[in-house]
Amino acid sequence: MTFFDEMQLHPWDQVEKDLMHRTTVDVERALSSDRYGLNDMISLLSPAADPMIEEIARQAQALTRQRFGRTMGLFAPLYLSSSCTNSCVYCSFNTANPIRRVTLSSNQARSEGVYLHNQGFRHILLVSGEDRKAAGPDYLVEVVRQLRPLFDSISIEVYPMETTEYRKLAENGVDGLAVYQETYNTVRYGKVHRAGRKRDFRWRLETPERGGEAGFRRIGLGALLGLSDWRIEAVFLALHARYLMRRHWKSQLTISFPRLRPAVGSYCPPCPVTDRDFVHMLTAFRLFLPDGGLVLSTRESPLLRDHLISLGVTSMSAGSCTEPGGYTQHDGSEGQFQISDHRSPVEIAEVIRRHGYDPIWKDWDAEFVR
Amino acid sequence: MDGPLVIGDHTFSSRLLVGTGKFSSPEAMRDALDASETEMVTVALRRVDLANPEDSILSFVDRDRYVLLPNTSGARDADEAVRLARLARAAGCGPYVKLEVTPDPNYLLPDPVETLKAAEVLVREGFVVLPYIPADPILAKHLEEAGTATVMPLGSPIGSNRGLRTRDAIEIIIEMVNIPVVVDAGLGAPSHAAEAMELGADAVLVNTAIAVAGDPAIMARAFKKGVEAGREAYLAGMGCPGKKAVPSSPLTGFLR
Repeated sequence: MTFFDEMQLHPWDQVEKDLMHRTTVDVERALSSDRYGLNDMISLLSPAADPMIEEIARQAQALTRQRFGRTMGLFAPLYLSSSCTNSCVYCSFNTANPIRRVTLSSNQARSEGVYLHNQGFRHILLVSGEDRKAAGPDYLVEVVRQLRPLFDSISIEVYPMETTEYRKLAENGVDGLAVYQETYNTVRYGKVHRAGRKRDFRWRLETPERGGEAGFRRIGLGALLGLSDWRIEAVFLALHARYLMRRHWKSQLTISFPRLRPAVGSYCPPCPVTDRDFVHMLTAFRLFLPDGGLVLSTRESPLLRDHLISLGVTSMSAGSCTEPGGYTQHDGSEGQFQISDHRSPVEIAEVIRRHGYDPIWKDWDAEFVR
Repeated sequence: MDGPLVIGDHTFSSRLLVGTGKFSSPEAMRDALDASETEMVTVALRRVDLANPEDSILSFVDRDRYVLLPNTSGARDADEAVRLARLARAAGCGPYVKLEVTPDPNYLLPDPVETLKAAEVLVREGFVVLPYIPADPILAKHLEEAGTATVMPLGSPIGSNRGLRTRDAIEIIIEMVNIPVVVDAGLGAPSHAAEAMELGADAVLVNTAIAVAGDPAIMARAFKKGVEAGREAYLAGMGCPGKKAVPSSPLTGFLR
């Protein structure tokens, strides 16, 4: 049974109804438990939990300190290609947008890597649009070979692949896979993904499982916040996480919280997520996944990011640039989305220290799998 | 009079080993190590930049004062752990290795099968091996026979602060093996450390409880005292706790 099959057991409307029917008593019961199961998670995400956000945050902080200590991992995205065959209404790389498309050569990718290495980064995330002609699996393998000597951990956030392709990337030194479902609502999914392979909901949904099969050490999930009701999305994310934890028990799960940001095409999110909701969702995930990595990007504002340092987040990007080649040769081509936190990695590290946390640049060693 | 704790070529007067993860800064870690009066410090190799002698963690661990115990945390199987241990030794980290093989990233429970495999290889290669293990007496015997320097059974899952949940099994290990037993993982309070030492454990290893305390240095000192108190109680010979009160005028006293 794949996660697609499991999803059929939880109709969207049913989950919504379940969330709406939770009471204060349910939330209190959840908050007093030792271990938070899926049922507790639904209570924690329900509207009834809104007034209890302080208690959720308090428990999230304590649990994060216990499991991860006072540390914060740092990483940077490295954009390889803005070439894309999909048409996602919220994304600048949408094939329908008249932007200049850039795909870095492996040498250019190396230059970007050297720049990030010199900034202190040892963990990077390779990002690319979905265009197998411009940036296919063999291209990615070549880029990874170029970057391997510079970094202790390389993750990818590209496009869904076959297990055999993932295995090849894993063998060449990619240890993490991030793939966000964007929305678990099949109807909304169909509306916002208008063309390309990405239209296939199931193909994308089962991607993390293929990554688990291929042996990636970290698997990252996420929903693009703003596309539909965040509470329901969060329940499906939790279901997805639980499914993967039971089957691919050697892979660490990470959850990202990408919130829709202005992009070329000026898509207006139908279900905007407030800062309060954002913190609610993130801290609830800490309780549900005590050892899960919770990842925060520069999409979020400095103010929010600073406050979240001590509230459950375990790694954050810093000094990010979302256009291919943007670190070393800014030429005015479009990024995937606008970032909100423009502070440099050094500044971010200093802020982390000021909050009483140790910035961690290296928490892995590529030699493990060499 | 207490005999010395000997692990590898070293004789230790402190019976508290301390870990270096989760601290808010390298300075906080250094101060806690100092206050704990430990003589053996474990460092996660995955956090260390072996190619860089100025590495932020290693440069805060005074090698003249502490025996360095590199650990293989993050290794999912025997091969990975062995590779990490070799790299550490090649980079000058010494012959000691805390063998951790923890395939599940959530509870970080040690894999008994892969740990034994890795221990056999590392002992053959001359390492002083301190394996982190489930509290399983038979596994402990296998490791002793394989030539490890200690066994390090867990009190409860790493970082959980839950204390000595495996007490009964640890008592059997202490009774059965002829190498030092170092209780590792899950000790959340100085009283937990004291409890392990009262049972006759030779030492304990503590990290999370010190690192995430409000004041790590004070907590480190508290653990030192807990370990010393537990050890002294063990040496003094503890009274056996009984189920009932014992009357001071025994009922059968007239039989004398």
